[in-house]
Amino acid sequence: MSRPRHALRAAGVAALVVVAAVLPSFISDYHALEWATVGTYFIALLGLNVLTGYSGQISLGHGAFMAVGGYTSAILMAHHGVRDLWTIPLAGLVAGGAGLLFGLPALRLSGLYLALATFAVAVAFPALVKKFEHFTGGSMGLILNLPKAPGGLHLSSNDWLYYLSWGIGFALLGLGALVSRGRIGRSFRAIRDSEVAAASSGVSPAFYKTLAFGISAFYAGIGGSLVAIETAYVNPQTFPITLSLFLVVGVAVGGLGSLVGCIFGAALIEFLPTVAPDIARHAPSAIRDQVTPSVIQGLILVLVMLILPGGVAGLARLLENRALGPRFER
Amino acid sequence: MAEFWQQVVAGLASGGIYASLALALVLIYRSTGVINFAQGEMATFATYLAWTFMHHGFSFWPAFFLTLVCAFAGGVAIERVVVRPVENRPVLTVVLVTIGLLVLINGLTSSIWGGAVRKFPSPFSTRPIHVAGVAFSIQDIGIIGVSLAAVLVLGAFFRFTKLGLALRAAAVNPGASRLVGVRVSWMLALGWGLASALGAVSGMMVAPVVFLDPNMMQGILLYAFAAAVLGGLDSPLGAVVGGLTLGVLLNLLGTYVSTLGGEMRLVAGLAVILAVLIVRPSGLLGKAAVRRV
Repeated sequence: MSRPRHALRAAGVAALVVVAAVLPSFISDYHALEWATVGTYFIALLGLNVLTGYSGQISLGHGAFMAVGGYTSAILMAHHGVRDLWTIPLAGLVAGGAGLLFGLPALRLSGLYLALATFAVAVAFPALVKKFEHFTGGSMGLILNLPKAPGGLHLSSNDWLYYLSWGIGFALLGLGALVSRGRIGRSFRAIRDSEVAAASSGVSPAFYKTLAFGISAFYAGIGGSLVAIETAYVNPQTFPITLSLFLVVGVAVGGLGSLVGCIFGAALIEFLPTVAPDIARHAPSAIRDQVTPSVIQGLILVLVMLILPGGVAGLARLLENRALGPRFER
Repeated sequence: MAEFWQQVVAGLASGGIYASLALALVLIYRSTGVINFAQGEMATFATYLAWTFMHHGFSFWPAFFLTLVCAFAGGVAIERVVVRPVENRPVLTVVLVTIGLLVLINGLTSSIWGGAVRKFPSPFSTRPIHVAGVAFSIQDIGIIGVSLAAVLVLGAFFRFTKLGLALRAAAVNPGASRLVGVRVSWMLALGWGLASALGAVSGMMVAPVVFLDPNMMQGILLYAFAAAVLGGLDSPLGAVVGGLTLGVLLNLLGTYVSTLGGEMRLVAGLAVILAVLIVRPSGLLGKAAVRRV
């Protein structure tokens, strides 16, 4: 990558980190909680992007991996009295393990078949949760302790949640960037672009495809764990099938293969329901009642795919090339 | 033994519903190479249309056929406007477009008709009839009849008409079909229209049983996926066989294995999908894909 481009991107990420660090001082307590939720979606989207954007596998069931993480945290907190902070890495590991396990059958599936199998997982998962009522609380769910900043920190609980999710989010963004630039990321991309070519250059598709599922489920599990901690409550409806679909919308809008783009996708998922009524107000009166969040979300996904398949990140890249001249892809 | 046969017939009734939705999926898969994730929502939307027609004084069967016409037109329109521009893009793009349609149509259904659960009139009575000591519900037999009739009519259309031949040709070899004068791109749109109408049949048949609500078809779609995968995604006959098999299988499992009742049926459906994909990805009657690399 050329030097000005590198500098531009580094500056962009640094600016993002600074904005994220000072944001809570400028927004209300309630908005801090909203942005904390954006952070959790961001983490899950990072994972989904590693899977779909880098290794080229489709998952329509990432909400289920979030649910695995969320329930791991919830069960540890409610039944075993573990402090919320310590359940986060465990939730990631359990979800990651589930991802590795699911990656094994997924090996034999490509493209459409994988989409289908993961969709089925997302639809069937709530039934499984209700089945193991003894652990999961069934449809009633589990009620958890309200989140509180650790003793030494003088933060409101919402600010604490904000810093917690974005701190973890940026750490995982860095980790994701490292992984995707190194040997693993190169292997993912090689498999995405041509499995046969990758295999003949000594990159094992089986190993890396499973690994991609594992990493991506690890991210989703951490995101799900934070959701459970933030809402202090889990039930099957915390992770509905629509969540899995919205995650896909978020990844596509943010831009496949762009980790920073996930921030836009995450903000879209969180704020579209609140912004939708404002959008509806500008719609012609005959169809005003029909402009609901999911209608807009569906429209956005279809339009982005038709007009701007690279999402927000693709648009940014386009503008960057305008300003700095085109570049050759590695 | 009486209970067993009763459950088999009830299973065939739900199997007929799965089969018609699975066949709709297969139709689109064969013609455009896409799994239409919005198939269930399109069917739900059509079923609400039927409800509206009946609300405005139509009786069941006129509303039924009027809905089929609307669903057909809607399917053609969706293919023309949304799917055609992404036809030659990567699989992921096409899948995302149908997911977008799923979210969009689901949202439209909820915003137009509201999220409340509604009763949907059934054309058949639920009164049981007794044959050799076994009680069958007329509704179950009616559902089996209508689903199979729809499948047979469609089969005859493909087998015996010139248009059906053109449709099959366009799916098998688009290039050669174009050379002999088949308008391939319109054939694809026609395929979407037929699939949409067939999905509407399954929607209107299942609605009296599960009641009408915007998410009514999400579970059914999973079973339809399972049925299509079981029979082989590229085999229309396989979809029907798969649907009926799955219906009976799940119903018997639900009756005799207590842990697999209720919502656990969804998990059983998932297990069927995974097992088939792992053991025999081409399904019972599908052809294994051969690819030159």
